[in-house]
Amino acid sequence: MKNTTSLQLTTPSEREILMTRVFDAPRQRVFEAHTKPELIRRWLLGPDGWSMPVCEVDFRVGGAYRYVWKRVSGAAEACGTEMAMSGVFKEIVVPERIVNTERFEQSWYPGEGLNTLTLTEKNGRTTLRQSMVYDSREIRDAVLKTGMESGVETSYDRLAKILAS
Amino acid sequence: MLATLTALAEPNRLRIVDLLREGPRPVGEIVDRLRLQQPQVSKHLRILGDAGLVVATPDAQRRIYALRPEPLQELDAWLERYRRIWEGNYQRLDALLAEGKAPRERATKPQERKRTQKKGSPR
Repeated sequence: MKNTTSLQLTTPSEREILMTRVFDAPRQRVFEAHTKPELIRRWLLGPDGWSMPVCEVDFRVGGAYRYVWKRVSGAAEACGTEMAMSGVFKEIVVPERIVNTERFEQSWYPGEGLNTLTLTEKNGRTTLRQSMVYDSREIRDAVLKTGMESGVETSYDRLAKILAS
Repeated sequence: MLATLTALAEPNRLRIVDLLREGPRPVGEIVDRLRLQQPQVSKHLRILGDAGLVVATPDAQRRIYALRPEPLQELDAWLERYRRIWEGNYQRLDALLAEGKAPRERATKPQERKRTQKKGSPR
């Protein structure tokens, strides 16, 4: 059953990544899925094989959040690898807009990003726009390049698969 | 990767790359088609060449410029990988949103739900 449009990913300026995606649900529910830890940790998992053992969200302006992902399956040497990201909520408009900072705790990602989530609803369907603006193009490119994984060999595996398909 | 992005960040260079997607061209033709100055096009071609995006082949008195697909394929693959990670996230979100108003622990991702579901049967 395919009742949503697929994700559109663009880089509208040199420091920005913009994602657009339609969901077959009212925006109140899409909003909650971005703000309630018990919901967030069920979908915001990144590549296959990762789980989110820590998901702390103090959902108010000035409040902080922190996510920790852990690799739970895949190559034995990669299991147990952790990635952590945290930030602060700058602006909240229920159920349509969230602005927050993001910072990966791993050293490969210097500086900070500013994320803006915008939800618009039409006929019971929600269009999500997620803009991510980084301090510099180098940081944005580092984020794009690694996604949520630091393992380079995995990237090359996937690159090989994509090129072969 | 950065070299590719930097080279493509200039609008006229992107137009040149787009034009060369149709096939190899001599400088003169690029100048005519894009209505740019010859020195400008030569400079852009040099930068694109340094980034490995185009390669020049001599043909009698002129040089024919052709696209090298490798950097562009790499760029595509790179963006595609990131896109896939997020598409994976959003497909899980689709499943979660499809569950109804009171979300329950249902097996959207069996390999991760197994442990938490062993005790109580999901209903």
